[in-house]
Amino acid sequence: MPKVKVKRTAPSLDMTPMVDLFFLLVTFFMLTATARPDEAVIVDTPSSASEIKIPDTNVITITVDKNDRVFFGVDGQQTKEALLDRIAKNYNIGFTEEERKTFSLLSNFGVPINQLKGYLAMESNDRKEVNQPGIPVDSARNELGDWVLQTRLTNPKVVIAIKGDQDVSYPTVKRVMDILQEKKVDRFNLITDMEMKPTN
Amino acid sequence: MAEMQQKADSGGKGGKKRAKRQSTKIDMTPLVDLAALLITFFMLTTTFNKPQTMEINMPKKVDNPEEQIALKASNAMTIILGPDDDLYYYFGLAEDNPEIVESSYASNGIRQVLLSSKVKSNDMMTVMVKPMESSRYKNVVDILDELKITDTKRFAMVEIAESDKKLVQEQIGN
Repeated sequence: MPKVKVKRTAPSLDMTPMVDLFFLLVTFFMLTATARPDEAVIVDTPSSASEIKIPDTNVITITVDKNDRVFFGVDGQQTKEALLDRIAKNYNIGFTEEERKTFSLLSNFGVPINQLKGYLAMESNDRKEVNQPGIPVDSARNELGDWVLQTRLTNPKVVIAIKGDQDVSYPTVKRVMDILQEKKVDRFNLITDMEMKPTN
Repeated sequence: MAEMQQKADSGGKGGKKRAKRQSTKIDMTPLVDLAALLITFFMLTTTFNKPQTMEINMPKKVDNPEEQIALKASNAMTIILGPDDDLYYYFGLAEDNPEIVESSYASNGIRQVLLSSKVKSNDMMTVMVKPMESSRYKNVVDILDELKITDTKRFAMVEIAESDKKLVQEQIGN
């Protein structure tokens, strides 16, 4: 009886389709990805059943963190450069080309205008570490109002969104809303997390 | 298979110099590794869900208080947001010493009040939201959310008056 010889083959498998699929996915993610901007503070927003999405562009984000600090952010590099020029003119501060460039790349910040130059001069890693005091909102030094007003003059299409932490005390948020109303902004958005809509 | 058979190069002068048959199979494992790494990277850095937002229209600031129309007591409802996630409401105006009821943000709390026929059947019913200084931002968003869920159209954010605080203190006692 002849012995049946088992043919030994190397257990190699064809990976071509797998590679194809992977590169397809890589391409997809690369094209759809918008890198998460690094925020100056992390806030835990309250949740709501609202289903409106925030627009992608032309948004001013006013962030209020747990310690009642106010941060200001706007998108669009050109907007930010033009905004800084306007602020510089109003406050008689000169900004160098490099500082303008740095500013146009910031996603948000929370320093008073007189400290802005020092903040922009920092290395980007130091900027993350530094403890930002927040933008002054009291009536004597209402810088937030100026930022909002100048941004709206620069880019009239902007929508204003308030991103507050759950535990922020109400008067701080009220103060921000009052500043917006002083600047004749009566319509704004509150950024919230998603929550299931109740079914009753 | 990604494999091409190479034809042996035969011929040529000077004897038989045979090229060795070699398959052009390449090991794709590193390629797969790299692709998987990139997928992971992009998947983690992508922000999938955009944050939700709630639109809010604030009433215009009126310079001249005489131009405002007084609200009738039968059309008024006030929700007071207190400290420690407390919530109180009353119908009517503060001057008439109304009864203050304690409620909650839960689905069987203020939502049922807003859905009750007293509010729903009256088209002119205006809900005034008065947050105390000690309330937190989450409370405001929660109550706006409730108003939205119950489809209450007429509401306003109003600053809390001393009379409201006094009412709460007298009747609830804190």
